[in-house]
Formats: sequence, structure tokens, C-alpha cells
Amino acid sequence: MEEKCSCDCKSAPPDRRGFLKRFSAGLLGALAVLGPIGASLAVLLDPLRRKVETSGTLVQVTTLTSLPEDGIPRKFPIVSSRVDAWNRSPAVPIGAIYLRRQKGKPIQALNVVCPHAGCFVDYAAGKNNFLCPCHNSTFALDGTINDPNSPSPRGLDELTVEVRNENEIWVKFQNYRAGVTGKVPA
Amino acid sequence: MKKADAFLSWIDSRTGYKKLLNEALYENVPGGARWRYVWGSTLTFTFFVQIITGIILWMAYSPNSHGAWESVFYIQNQMWGGWLLRGIHHFTGQAMTILLVLHLLQVVIDGAYKAPREVNYWFGIVLLVCVLGLSLTGYLLPWDQKGYWASKVATNIIAVVPFIGPALQKVFIGGNDYGHLTLTRFFAIHAGVLPGLMIVFTALHIYLFRKHGLHAKAPKRRPDVKFWPDQVLMDAVACLAVMTVVLFFVLKPRLFGTGMPGADLGPPANPTEAYSAARPEWYFMFLFQFLKAGWLVKVFGHYGELVGAIIIPGIAMAILAGMPIIGRWKLGHRFNLGFLAAMFAGAGLLTYLSYAEDRGKPEFAASVKQAEHESERLRHLAVAKGIPPEGAVALMKRDALLEGPKLFVKNCASCHRYGGEDGMGSKLTDAQTAPDLKGFASREWLAAFLDPKQIATSNFYGGTRFAATKMVKFVQKNVPAYTPEQHQQLKQVIAAVSAEAALPAQRVLDSADAALIATGRNVITNEAMNCTECHQFRKEDENAIAPDLTGFGSREWLIAIIADAKHPRFYGRRNDRMPSFAEQNILTREQIGLLADWLRGDFEIKIAER
Repeated sequence: MEEKCSCDCKSAPPDRRGFLKRFSAGLLGALAVLGPIGASLAVLLDPLRRKVETSGTLVQVTTLTSLPEDGIPRKFPIVSSRVDAWNRSPAVPIGAIYLRRQKGKPIQALNVVCPHAGCFVDYAAGKNNFLCPCHNSTFALDGTINDPNSPSPRGLDELTVEVRNENEIWVKFQNYRAGVTGKVPA
Repeated sequence: MKKADAFLSWIDSRTGYKKLLNEALYENVPGGARWRYVWGSTLTFTFFVQIITGIILWMAYSPNSHGAWESVFYIQNQMWGGWLLRGIHHFTGQAMTILLVLHLLQVVIDGAYKAPREVNYWFGIVLLVCVLGLSLTGYLLPWDQKGYWASKVATNIIAVVPFIGPALQKVFIGGNDYGHLTLTRFFAIHAGVLPGLMIVFTALHIYLFRKHGLHAKAPKRRPDVKFWPDQVLMDAVACLAVMTVVLFFVLKPRLFGTGMPGADLGPPANPTEAYSAARPEWYFMFLFQFLKAGWLVKVFGHYGELVGAIIIPGIAMAILAGMPIIGRWKLGHRFNLGFLAAMFAGAGLLTYLSYAEDRGKPEFAASVKQAEHESERLRHLAVAKGIPPEGAVALMKRDALLEGPKLFVKNCASCHRYGGEDGMGSKLTDAQTAPDLKGFASREWLAAFLDPKQIATSNFYGGTRFAATKMVKFVQKNVPAYTPEQHQQLKQVIAAVSAEAALPAQRVLDSADAALIATGRNVITNEAMNCTECHQFRKEDENAIAPDLTGFGSREWLIAIIADAKHPRFYGRRNDRMPSFAEQNILTREQIGLLADWLRGDFEIKIAER
């Protein structure tokens, strides 16, 4: 390397010293960015560390006295405490359900989220079914798919209902992953 | 191999990348690679690091006045490697400023700013201003007390610009006062405007650098080489060295065991509590110190601030920018060198003076210590409890350990003391006229109160009207004459009364001494010590004329006496100057609760949940 190198260096055969230089330049450069890139990747991928809450949130939704035994589904918001990154809110809406009460039968709770793509389904009073406004999935009042052309992979997700102190209606609220046939907590 | 080559030629024929790569890598370095040429590359490297780390920080940062500190807290304490990312961004920013100075010095000393490279020098000055702007705006973004109050000083300086100052300031901070819009604006400038400008000017800077070629420092010691790999190797070593220094500073608190690693995050910005130790970033300290100079006001009157903050720095910047022109004059280059030397010497001296002044001030150290205490406590609170939607300041306001002493200083310390101080570690000069409440209701406190030598001192009833009443006379007359048996009874009474408080610090002691306490209770109720002659204890007594000993020092008891000391349960009509804090609406019930918790040393995190 002592001789003048004004000639075309790139076509010169790579000698051992030249290779060493190139190799160390690359290696040291890579080492220099290791810290920043590593820390960036860690923070970028931090969401993967957040676990899915699978046990559901037990919430009092309403009372027996305010839910008539007429078999008509009624929509209720689910208000609960929620952790959103740095904030913990004591009482915010986290979702909604349909409650339906018929004489002599247990109360039925359905998550309003359509299992196809996550839109909120509407209760169509005239047709006595649930209709998803996004892709026209339809569901019977018990939540099952009632039209073979519905794109939804499963019926509406049923939630556990408990009656406490003879009058309070409690529901174990849980969202499930959309687009799959099984009920996978999300 | 052949296929790969064919693919690369396909790409090359469509993009011409090979030529570009050749131009980038095989730039001629006249006189051989040298260490003095590395500064430009280290600056490009640090800028690249700032863009990468900045974009990732951006993904978690929330620029609003009750989310900014909170999101930075989350990055710092709850995200994977967040402390490292923020630390690298913070210290690389500082490194950039230093590298800029080194780059500038190298360019000026080598005379690289002279024709035909003037324009490129000016581009460099634009980049310098951008970096200083980034540092200034970035300092506010965490929205902690330090950044908040230091930035306020900086933006108040804008207002001294003649005629348009106030309007300019208003536009800059997005309104009349600091708030959401200050953060959104600072953030847009910090993450959008300035980096955008810098990308453009860095490109122009490198383009002109390549156009004019490297300005070789004479004499050329060695034959010419190409940029790759000779100079690149040196650059890589320099970049690695810079990053090593940055990482050292990030990890320094851990290495020396002085705290959490990463960039500092002080307590959240609180517009109602000024932070007297707020200082700008260290490389602006010379300006900060400069503005304190008395002669500015003496010479320029109320224009002192304008002259010190705008005119003089403006002239310095103008000379800096004018260096290529000045350099044409025969002695110009020498003048430029002298000017830079004088400027950096002056800035260095002012920086030193400024730190020396702060070091000499106990208030400064106390203020910093208090801020550290608050951030430490808040870190525990926020991790354990989450931050309410109103923000972290609200969380602090609900914590007895943080809020109790502040309430004590404001409402109690004009008469009472806490361990001889005001509750926050300061001595007071005015006379103490009510009891010292540190350790109130503990056995030690009660024993000192019932000590004939102490009861009439200002630590207890000495400064009150009770100095001349029954209790003091009783203690001073009867206790010295006690038989050993009576002393034993007194001890039992003290244990029993103190147990009423159920102080967290005495929990173990109280449960171990259950028998002693039970005996003490009997001693009180069977009148052996004459307590119930005036006090009521564990049963209603209409004739009681002294404070109730039932639940003495408990949370409920303390809240009640602070709320209304005039109540017959306490001092009744005999009350001295103690205000009825709840009845007179001086404090809310919640605040009184915080005071009670703090006095009792009950710092369990009690935040209303759900």
C-alpha cells in the first residue's frame, strides 16, 4: 500500500491488508450501530410482550328488574377499569353486549362484535335477527349463523352470565379473535 | 455467482447505482487518510442514530400536557430497552453538539472555509443552528419540571425582540401559556421541521464537499488514497468511539451505583410549583450565566436582556457566518482563530462560573434532591398503580408522602415544626409556637411530652396558652415526685396511649407489648394516674375538658382534630390559635387525610381504585 494508489484501486487484486481494512471498517461500523439499532428494535417489538387477558372481566351490566322477559335483545355498554399503556382509567367503556331474557330460560349474553371482521352487529327488529352492517353476516337471536352465505366463520360469541344478589346481572366480558372458527381470546 | 452478477447488472442498468457507489466510496483523499477528517462522518453517523432512535421514540411518545411526561415515563420504565433507547437519543444529541464544535474548529483551523468552499461553510452554519434548535425543542418534550421551567425562560427571551417579540413568542408556544399546543408545536419542530431541514442541508453539504473535494491539510504527508476503505476505517473507529462514550454516559448511573441508567426524567411539569433548580442543557449554560451578568442591566438598562440574549449572541453568530469573508483579509484568518478561541474560552468560563454558583447554593442542592425524591416515589406509584387519565401530577397530589410535607409547610409550619424543620428539610427563623409533630403519638414523642423538663419547651406546649394550664403543671409537679412504681405505670400509660394511634412504625412493637398495653389501659381507666380526670378514654365522659385519648393519634383522630380543633372532643373553647381547617374551608377532607397519613408515617399507596 506504500506505492502510489492513484491507479484504479477497485480493479487491483485485494491484498491481505486491504481485506483486513475493509473487514475492520465494516465490523467497527456495525458495532457502532449495534446499540441504537438494538434498543430501537426492542422498543419496536415491545407490544409482543403484552399478554392477552384471557380470564375475562366480570362486570355488573344491569338488573333483572330493568330487563324485560320478552326475548328481545338489548344492547348494554360494558364499563370497566382499563389499562391503556401508561394510563389506568377507573371506569371507561370497553365494549358492548346484547342481553336477552326469555321466560323460564337462562339469560343470554352475546358480544356485539361480529366474529368475521370485528364490526358491531345491529339488531334488526323487523327481521328478528342480527345483521352485520359491514359484510352482511346475519345471525339468529341465539347468536348462531342463520344464513349459509354469511362470511362470518362462527356465530356471535356467547359470554357467561351470573345473577348475583337475586337481581344483579353480571357478565364475564371477553373479546375473541376475529376471522377464525374457534373462540380464541383476544 | 454468475446469476448474482447478472442480477446486479440488471439493477445497475436500471438505476446506475454502481456509478453512485463508486463516487461515494472512491472519493480521493489527498495526502492520505487522517484522523482530523473524521468529524464530518461522525456527525453524519450521529444524525443517522438520532433519526432511527427518534422515529422509534416517536412511536411511543404522546405530545400533550397530560400524556407527554406519562408516555416518556412509560418508555423509560415499562418498555423493553426503553431506557436505553431514550438514553442513546439524549446523549447522542449532546454528542452532536460537541462534534459540531470540533468539526467547526477543524474547518476553521485548517482554513477549509475559504474560497471556493464559503457556501458549504454556510450550509454547515445552518446545520449548527438546526442542531441547537433540536436540542432546545427536545429539552421540553419530556414535560418534566426541569424542561418545563428551563424552556419557559428560553421562550420568554423571545418576547424581548423589539416590536414583534410578544407575537413571535405567542406563535412559537402556540398560545398565551404553555399547554397542549406548546408540545405539539415543539414536537413538530423537533421531529419534522428541523430534521427535514437537516436532511436537505446535509445532502447539500455533502454534495458541495464532494464537488470541491476534501480540503487537505498541508503538508501532505502521504500519497493519496481512496475514501474506502482507508478513511472509512478511521471514520468507523471514530463513530464507534462516539457511541462508546454515549453508552458510557447512558450506563454511568448504573456503573457508579447512583441511580437508574439512561437519561434523567424529573418530576412532571407542574405550573403551580416552580422548580428553582431548572437549568438549560449544559451547553446553553453559558448563555444562562451571561444573562445573569449585572453589567448588562447597568449599561443597557431595561434593554439589558435584549442585548444579552439577542444582540450579542446575534453579533457572534454574524461574525461566525462572516468568517469566509473576513478570511480574505490579510490578518482575517488569524482574527477568525482568535475570535473562536475567545468565544470558546468565554463560554467555557461562563459555564464554569454557572456551575460553581449553583454548587455554592444549598437551595439548589435541596431543590435537586427534592426532585429526585419525587421522581423516585412517583416511579413506584406509577408502576404500582398506573397513572390516572388526568396525568401524573394528579397522582402525586394524592400521595401522602409527596403531598403531606407540602401541605405541612403551607398550613402548619408557621406554628408547628417537624423535627425542628418545616417538613421539607428547611430550618425556619420565626419562633415556634406549637408542638413539634415529628413522631407524633409515638412512645418517644409521648415520653418527651410527659417529661417535666420538656413539656414547657417550645417543642411542646411552651409556645402555646397551654403552658400555664393544668397539663403542664401536672407534669411538672407530679412526675418528678413519682415512685419507681409510678414511673412504671407512666410507661404503661404511654404504651397504651401510643397504641391507640396504631402507627405503622410501631406495629411490631405494639403487638409484642400487648400485655403492657392492656395494663396501661387499665391504669388509665382506673384513674391511678389521674388521666381521666380531664381526658376521656374509651368511654363517653361529658365532663372531659381535655383532648380525647380514645384513638389518640389514629388517622380518624388526626383528621378530626385538624378539621376542627375547637370541637369539644379536643380543645373546645380552650383552643389556642389552631384553625379549624375543614370548617373554615382551608383544606379539603382529602388534603387533611394526606396530612394525617404523612404525620403518622403511613405511606401505603392509597389511591382510590376503580
